[in-house]
Amino acid sequence: MKQQHTIEESANRPGGRPAAIDEIHILWISEGMSCDGDTVSVTASSQPSIEDVVNGVIPGLPKVHLHNKVLSPTLGGEHFLAPFRAAARGELEPFIFVVEGSIPNEKINGEGYWTSFGNDPETGEPLTLNWWIDRLAPRAWAVVAIGTCATYGGIHAMAGNPTGCMGLADYLGWDFTSAGGLPIVNVPGCPVQPENFMETLTWVLYHAAGSAPPPPLDEMLRPQWLFGKTVHEGCDRGSYYEQADFAGDYNSPKCQVKIGCWGPVVNCNVPKRGWMSGIGGCPNVGGICIACTMPGFPDKFMPFMDMPPGASLSSALVKPYGAFIRRMRGITNVTANKEPKWHHNRDELTTGYDPRWRPRRTTTRSR
Amino acid sequence: MAISEPAPAPAKPGQLVEMSWDPITRIIGNLGIYTKIDFAKRRVVECHATSSLFRGYSVFMKGKDPRDAGFITSRICGICGDNHTTCSVYAQNMAYGIKTPPLGELILNLGEAAEYMFDHTIFQDNLVFVDFCEAMVKQTNPSVLQRAQTTEAPNAELHGKRTIADIMTAFNPFEGELYKEALAVSRVTREMFCLMEGRHVHPSTVYPGGVGTMPQPNVFTDYLSRLIGIVDFIKRAVAMNNDVFDFFYEALPGYEEVGRRRILLGCWGAFQNPDVVDYRYETMNEWGKAMYVTPGIVVDGELVTNNLVDINLGIRILLGSSFYEDWVNEEPFVTRDPLGNPVDIRHPWNQTTLPAPGKRDFADKYSWVMSPRWLDPRTGEHLALDTGGGPFARLYVTALSGLVDTPYVQSTGQSVRITLPKGRTLPETTLEWRIPPWSNALERNRARVYFVAYSAAMALWFIEQALERIRGGDTKVFQEFDVPDEAIGCGFHEAVRGVLSHHMVIQDGKIANYHPYPPTPWNASPRDSYGTPGPYEDAVQDMPIFEENGPEDFKGVDIMRAVRSFDPCLPCGVHMYLGKGRVLRKVHSPMFGATHG
Repeated sequence: MKQQHTIEESANRPGGRPAAIDEIHILWISEGMSCDGDTVSVTASSQPSIEDVVNGVIPGLPKVHLHNKVLSPTLGGEHFLAPFRAAARGELEPFIFVVEGSIPNEKINGEGYWTSFGNDPETGEPLTLNWWIDRLAPRAWAVVAIGTCATYGGIHAMAGNPTGCMGLADYLGWDFTSAGGLPIVNVPGCPVQPENFMETLTWVLYHAAGSAPPPPLDEMLRPQWLFGKTVHEGCDRGSYYEQADFAGDYNSPKCQVKIGCWGPVVNCNVPKRGWMSGIGGCPNVGGICIACTMPGFPDKFMPFMDMPPGASLSSALVKPYGAFIRRMRGITNVTANKEPKWHHNRDELTTGYDPRWRPRRTTTRSR
Repeated sequence: MAISEPAPAPAKPGQLVEMSWDPITRIIGNLGIYTKIDFAKRRVVECHATSSLFRGYSVFMKGKDPRDAGFITSRICGICGDNHTTCSVYAQNMAYGIKTPPLGELILNLGEAAEYMFDHTIFQDNLVFVDFCEAMVKQTNPSVLQRAQTTEAPNAELHGKRTIADIMTAFNPFEGELYKEALAVSRVTREMFCLMEGRHVHPSTVYPGGVGTMPQPNVFTDYLSRLIGIVDFIKRAVAMNNDVFDFFYEALPGYEEVGRRRILLGCWGAFQNPDVVDYRYETMNEWGKAMYVTPGIVVDGELVTNNLVDINLGIRILLGSSFYEDWVNEEPFVTRDPLGNPVDIRHPWNQTTLPAPGKRDFADKYSWVMSPRWLDPRTGEHLALDTGGGPFARLYVTALSGLVDTPYVQSTGQSVRITLPKGRTLPETTLEWRIPPWSNALERNRARVYFVAYSAAMALWFIEQALERIRGGDTKVFQEFDVPDEAIGCGFHEAVRGVLSHHMVIQDGKIANYHPYPPTPWNASPRDSYGTPGPYEDAVQDMPIFEENGPEDFKGVDIMRAVRSFDPCLPCGVHMYLGKGRVLRKVHSPMFGATHG
């Protein structure tokens, strides 16, 4: 492969503007405690689509070489592993390292392994995911964690789990900086919302091309423009909440906060954005928010179908106001549902039409 | 990109070469296939399938609220998670003693139909067909590609591709026209799914007792419009798949042996009939037979049973090559089923998962997958059933059982007739899937595309029924319930890749035991305590190879086609690496590898 720029050249530039990279590899390992759901989810995006990025259809992006197990044109094995092995030896750069799935604790299982990715060519023993992270993360131009498992541990890090797994930042350190001078980029979600990931990846690629600053991240390393608002702030059932009109079961189109929705306290844009191409979602279409994008997921939100503790106080507070406002709006709504009286088919015109109409002057101004 | 590959040592005649593929690409999850190949005889002598990922769902679900099970188990798999949610909801309905309102049931059926259409399309066209595309065949069987270039496609006027090679080229990854069209269709079908179940792949609107989907007419109109938009794509896909697979039989005589194994099929049934299902264990035989994909077990082409109670009672989870301690000395949870039948300690209701990570040793323990088997009451054999990737078993059992009779899909006893409506360019079309003579790689793949048609046809039927209910004023989609202190439940469903069961035990209002058994543990299982290999191992072992490359640049395409035909999904349940071919040892006996521990 033609080497574009050394990592030293593109790191730590003033203003965070890297040298322009015009060709980059994406080394994607989904061998964490994963279900491959984030890879599958990404194929649902059309804003932009994975094939448009890979085929170089998006203007201004570097040429991308995607190495992802699910989509790889190779037959597998060493053909597929070759770029990963080259990168681990320091012979392939620049690359973006994408991790999918939680990172297990491999210190607790004796001679075994919780998850592996390929074998050690010398011994034939499985190489753990952790072995790969230790070698690839420090060399990566950017490190991206996809899905709530890789970002914060997720469902597999639930209380009582046997693998002691964690998020990538828990493993590498929250202050980790990639060879390209970037913090870990976390794109949570279970699975990741397709367009959220593709858009974040595109931003990182624009940054690699030198045409964008680093993506703006919050303190949990999430893209601010995607995770800066709550579910509730973008939910079209939020107006039922304001009117204190709550669903009592799942047959209702109203606000689900009393039947398990955590939307008011969850950073996620799904109700606003839809699940894909603006379709689907969670509470906006009758699916309680179980907070799957959050670091506290799932344990802090279970049992999912019970009312969140904070919701009883807030829904009680909003009740008197909401009931009054709902009634007033009901009255206005009756009026709004009537046409004006001059819409009729009688043999007279009652619209107030006057061909010589002029505004009535109260004073005359001298010029 | 010039990345140096270790060059394999050339094998002398009569020597076995170890070849492995780890990880296997274009599947879901973590799979390795380890083989020994006799290049002189052009045969795979031995095969081991291993999965190197363990997460421990049945371990961390203990003590949790039973109502969380559908949300948690969805995360088992990133391509078929909704099948788990659905199956969990079935099991919970049984445990809570409730029944989903009919409209809720139809919404679930529509969601699952969209999941089949999505998953089979993306897997067949974007993952499997890369093994049959022009770029791949050029590398593995150049003479076959030459022949394909001069072979007219029999169904050209339907699909518009003049030669077989034209079809192959259209499936080249990321560039081929059909590859890209299939990705687009996989998006449309996911939109359909999201209309019914909120989001993909982990549903948001599916609950025990029903759904939260608002059953407004436009939800069904939006689904129907998209469905009609893809019916012609499905008709063309069936025609193209038939042309390519028939060509392979013709171009490579004997190709029916690739991935072939004894016909041992399991199907747990799909699409509940809302008029019949009540989720009671006592009536499970009746409502199981009323499902719109018939549950059943087929041994050597013969139907053994359609009774879900018998199917349930015969499930045994064996160890032998898996990284777990045995649980036979633990306290059982369920000694008798609700009908009073004894339940075995190796049944999922009584299983305790005791992970014991260790070194991988192909002579001893080598996989995180257990070995589910079905005890044949007639012979006492523990059968390593497979699902044929899902569609093969579903169509086979449904065709043989002759129970499904709807306006768009009818079982005839030897076949399944599927009628798709008129589309934008093609007329109404009736397709017929007939029971093939073999259980092999090509027939598993062929069944997959037919099952997309099956799902589309069933979806039409469900849409009609749903709209009829809404027009009649029935909009109830959810049934209230209370969680009992003590209960058991089981759910049977067809995940995309085949049989799926969830077994749940509730004690003190909490999950005391929960064991999901998806299809891949059945298909990808290692050798059990009786030494019986799992289906992948069995299908690859003793398989001929047709690839034109020798051991030096061997790709293993036939082996990959055999394994991928099962549609592996290892989060639900291995990994192939074409490493340096190491010369193993001289063998003089063709029986090498026939006795394995």
